[in-house]
Amino acid sequence: MNLPGRDSRRRLHGMVRKEWLQILRDPSSIAIAFVLPVVLLFLFGYGVSLDAKDIRLGLVIEHMDDQSRDLAGAFVRSRFFQPHYYRDIQPAQQALTERRLDGIIWLRNNFSRRLQQPGPAPIGVLVNGIDANQARITGGYIQGVWFGWLEKYARAQGHKLDAPVQLEQRVWFNPAVNSRYFLVPGLIAIIMTLIGSLLTSMVIAREWERGTMEAMMATPLRIPEVLAGKLIPYFVLGMFGMLLTVALALWLFQVPLHGSFATLFLASALFMLVALAMGLLISIVAKNQFVAGQIAIIVTFLPAFILSGFIFDIGSMPAPIQVITYLVPARYFVAIAQTLFLAGDIWPVILPNLGAMALMLLIFMAIIRRKANKRIA
Amino acid sequence: MNALLQLLALIRKEFLALLRDPRSRFVLIGPPIIQLLVFGYGATFDLNDVPVAVYNPDRGALSRQLLARVEGSPAFHLIGEVESEGHLRRLVDERKAMLALSFRSDFSRNLEQGRSAPLQAILDGRNSNSALIALGYLRNILIEFDQEVAARHNGPPLPAVLKVRAWHNANLASRWFIVPGIVGLLLLVVTLVVTALSIAREREAGTFDQLLVTPLNPWQILVGKSVPGLLIGLLEATFIIAVAVLWFEVPLRGSLGALYFGLLLFLLSIVGVGLMISAISVTQQQALLGAFLFLIPAVILSGFATPIANMPEVVQWLSYLDPLRYALVIVRSVFLEGADASLLLHQYWPMALIGGISLLAADWLARHRMY
Amino acid sequence: MGDLVLQLQGVVRRFGSGEATTTALDGVDLAVRQGEVTGLIGPDGAGKTTLMRLAAALLLPDEGHIEVLGVDAVAEPVAVQSRIGYMPQRFGLYEDLSVQENLDLYADLQGLPSARRAARYDELMHMTGLAPFRKRLAGKLSGGMKQKLGLACALLREPELLLLDEPTVGVDPVSRRELWQIVYRQVRDHGMSVLLSTAYLDEAERCDRVALLHQGRLLGIDCPAVFSEPLKGDCFVLEVPPGVSARRLQRDLQAQAAIADALVEGEHLRVVRWPDQPLPTDLLGAQGPALDFQPVTPRFEDAFIRLLRSPDEQPPQMPQLEPASADARDEVVIRADHVVRRFGDFVAVKGISFEVRQGEVFGLLGANGAGKSTTFRMLCGLLPASDGHLSVAGHDLRHAAAQARARIGYMAQKFSLYANLTVLQNLRFFAAAYGLHGKRQSERVDWALDNFELRPLARRNTGELSLGHKQRLAFAAALMHEPQILFLDEPTSGVDPIARREFWARTNALAEAGITVLVTTHFMEEANYCDRLVIMAEGEVLAEGTPREIREGERDPQHPVPSMEDAFIALVSRREAAA
Repeated sequence: MNLPGRDSRRRLHGMVRKEWLQILRDPSSIAIAFVLPVVLLFLFGYGVSLDAKDIRLGLVIEHMDDQSRDLAGAFVRSRFFQPHYYRDIQPAQQALTERRLDGIIWLRNNFSRRLQQPGPAPIGVLVNGIDANQARITGGYIQGVWFGWLEKYARAQGHKLDAPVQLEQRVWFNPAVNSRYFLVPGLIAIIMTLIGSLLTSMVIAREWERGTMEAMMATPLRIPEVLAGKLIPYFVLGMFGMLLTVALALWLFQVPLHGSFATLFLASALFMLVALAMGLLISIVAKNQFVAGQIAIIVTFLPAFILSGFIFDIGSMPAPIQVITYLVPARYFVAIAQTLFLAGDIWPVILPNLGAMALMLLIFMAIIRRKANKRIA
Repeated sequence: MNALLQLLALIRKEFLALLRDPRSRFVLIGPPIIQLLVFGYGATFDLNDVPVAVYNPDRGALSRQLLARVEGSPAFHLIGEVESEGHLRRLVDERKAMLALSFRSDFSRNLEQGRSAPLQAILDGRNSNSALIALGYLRNILIEFDQEVAARHNGPPLPAVLKVRAWHNANLASRWFIVPGIVGLLLLVVTLVVTALSIAREREAGTFDQLLVTPLNPWQILVGKSVPGLLIGLLEATFIIAVAVLWFEVPLRGSLGALYFGLLLFLLSIVGVGLMISAISVTQQQALLGAFLFLIPAVILSGFATPIANMPEVVQWLSYLDPLRYALVIVRSVFLEGADASLLLHQYWPMALIGGISLLAADWLARHRMY
Repeated sequence: MGDLVLQLQGVVRRFGSGEATTTALDGVDLAVRQGEVTGLIGPDGAGKTTLMRLAAALLLPDEGHIEVLGVDAVAEPVAVQSRIGYMPQRFGLYEDLSVQENLDLYADLQGLPSARRAARYDELMHMTGLAPFRKRLAGKLSGGMKQKLGLACALLREPELLLLDEPTVGVDPVSRRELWQIVYRQVRDHGMSVLLSTAYLDEAERCDRVALLHQGRLLGIDCPAVFSEPLKGDCFVLEVPPGVSARRLQRDLQAQAAIADALVEGEHLRVVRWPDQPLPTDLLGAQGPALDFQPVTPRFEDAFIRLLRSPDEQPPQMPQLEPASADARDEVVIRADHVVRRFGDFVAVKGISFEVRQGEVFGLLGANGAGKSTTFRMLCGLLPASDGHLSVAGHDLRHAAAQARARIGYMAQKFSLYANLTVLQNLRFFAAAYGLHGKRQSERVDWALDNFELRPLARRNTGELSLGHKQRLAFAAALMHEPQILFLDEPTSGVDPIARREFWARTNALAEAGITVLVTTHFMEEANYCDRLVIMAEGEVLAEGTPREIREGERDPQHPVPSMEDAFIALVSRREAAA
């Protein structure tokens, strides 16, 4: 007779080989694992940028003289702005309304006179506040130009500008303030969520729909073997997707990787397992592809997008929402990925997040082990 | 007359098929509410809880005053003062602080004597957008503080100051930007899924053949399939607009007529795209996949979260094909700018064009792909 | 008496909860003996699949005890599963894996030692005739080949108990015969025990013992002959007198209180009476010839029908229609002329021709994949022909105006109706789609509800109906607008024998009223209901004619009185020999 261990290995081997053959023959799994990451990466890498550039700035100069020309020149020289001159405020406001301008600098005809008088001269700034974030960034750039001009102006007047507090600002980890640097590492979490949860849950649901699960369950196959047989191939597939994404991030988008690749690989592997466990859990609940797909999108993809800190700051969300984010595994991985890429192997950040993911994995696995049984209804 | 009655029966059947199925009821109700809450609360660029760490060896009063201002700002909260700069850096490293302020021991003395005093601010650039926003908040605090210090210690006042006015959204609340956007986003998702599944569902169940052998002609079938999507879309739009105004308190300043006209055109274009997808797909699975293939780029390129102007030029051209792009402008303009129809003409016609072309294409595809 | 390999005691299994609870099995006691083939027979929805899954330890019973090969199936499912072979409906194959890969997978899962594999594979492949196709994807196999591969996978480790759930559904007669041969060889050579569920009553006779399941209860378990024993003396064949329509005679007989069942079978009718009832020999009236009932040996099917019907049951309502005038009868209403349909490289229909005259019941017979449905869809205008010419009532339906389509009725495979709509909503929709409104619509809906006995179900969701009820509803929906031509695609597939009899009775009534009926089926014996038919295989017409002509054409020394199935098998094997 065979030893039970050998039978078990053989069953697992059979499952893994079958799953692998199916992956290779099903164009849609290849598409989700390889084409989708590339497409998403391109879309996000190129389509999503929070860095304002070529801000269309209306310069309304009611009376052109040296001072106003000087100030306007400061805006023209800035690499952030694309200036348009106006003599009157009305056409500029009209342009702002029609979205032909992003902001307006308004120097009234008494600007130079007010400069000479005691008390500050007002510089009118109008921004369209509809896109608040953009408006704020535009405002920040305008502030920067204004401050530079103030210093220059003071020097020209023969004294140093004494802004009492001299802010020495440093943006660590991303001195060029390039939003792509933090968006691309976050994307890895999104893509791995898609592969791990969406693909896995739909693939298992498909087995239920086609009746193959029933035939499989009627063999001596044991539950841990079923789970492992599904996990291993999709784990490998997901890690390939991850490697592809990382490679594109490094070489195409030139995102620096300050941490070690080994740590990144380890963290990704753990996250992949968590995502797969969620996929398995979903497929235990939903036995058809339609429902599985819906649930996967609502409970994994959407939260990974919004609630992971990938774009939006978790600390600024209302408290109940913040509590929910602790249940989103992508939250932990996004923190690790952004740290690893931009800051380095900072263990005090990485370890707790790894721990949280490991804990989630254990909990998910325990639930799966309880819920999964060989009964089909 | 007869054709109209047939059409009404078809529309009635579509509604029944949609609303009597618990799964599609869920698609209509579940995701919109979840997304409304998640986006409404979660998707905000505003910062209201930036953790700030401070290293302040200065014993003077002015650094205290500045810190009090920082603490008093709604955006920041001090997590504590540390004893060394090294500790400060570690807090940033470990993401415990997003902003670290490092004073020098002579900060107050310098200021009191009319000299300028350096203040070091370290920001965590791992989310550089948040870093920039936090920096902006800090700068605003400093400008006020500077002016006060200058006035108190007889320093020269600033020769010129910025008087910033943000139109339509004076407090720059990003919820005002995101929540109206959700109207467009959710309409896109719900209507697209409903219409994309409509023909595919019948194909899968085999009832599409039944439908084709009846005397109903293709345009009747197409109209019958469009109307439920349109009506449900308008209903959901009304619900989300109400939630935006009553719950999230986003001002609705413009004409509802202009808004609904725009939404109608928008829905028409989605229904067209949805039916196109549906006509190509054989199974619901494929239809759903097709819908998502359209959805993801449509959302990303629409300017929902990030401005189109920041995208590379080629991508910007691509976004002209995206009906959501126009819908978002309409919704936001009507909500915040108080726009009326005349101002939105340039948003209306591209959607009408997309809708018309996609409906014609769907009609052609439905005729030429019956098997 | 052998040992028991499967024992069910007081097994109850329910599904759903609250009001929606259905009881699939209601206190079943069943014992399957070692070394026998036990057939599990019952109409659609009787609980056959539930019982199979319970035996395979895939479901837990709500009450009762299940023992498989001496092992408690509730406590030790894996111990059970390592000793049984189970083939679910649809065979449980991975269609994107090749034949060999499917075998490898199941060999791994069942723990077949590597050393024994090569020999076992060869044996099974030889036995199933799949040896030349080991590299082919399972999805590209014909229905019969899939079925044999599924069986091979279940047999890999020579299980002690083999469970087969509806293994012969949708499979051609040749494959069905081969399956039975394989099963019996396993029983003979290895002493294997088999439990097999089926909806084909003729297969029941091939079982050692038959368990009859109805509405979740076991009506009896015994040798097939024991079931038919009480019918001795109550079964007859009746030669149809010349000049009398067999279909009309059958309808009239069925309406008699004394008759339990009347069935057209070739040139005669098979009649089963209720016990101790007189035979209606004078049914054709005083002038007509007396009917000559000849006693025959009862079959299992006769017993089955009589067991499930009750004497006081009303015969099914027939649609009320005016009979057609005789003169319109010869007009050709459907014509197919060298019709070809290609899908890429694959030629599904290879230039077939036939004509259908008004008031005929015309059959397209063949196994799954023979090209019946493709031909059918072309006729209905759902699919353009790649070549050749088609016309229905003088139009090519593909380009026909709505008025032309208003004259046909169509019943799709699997009785496609809107599952979320109620019966009433479905009927109303189809009536309206065919342009019936207001009073006319409610009249026709009432007609359908009454004539098809759907009124008690009017407010039920269509998706919850049993297959037999769905079939009736689909039939009614196709008739809402009183079409002149009726297309019925596999109208009896998966439906139990009683519902099938009702269906054919209704179809015959329609044909009597001058409606042309085109019907596809893979049940060979149903060919006898057709006026004329074509037999198709692999996109070609093998034979055309009346059922009698086709059967007579295949008469040979081995089959002096060939059945339609014999004729079919002879036609197919001759074609294969020629190829």
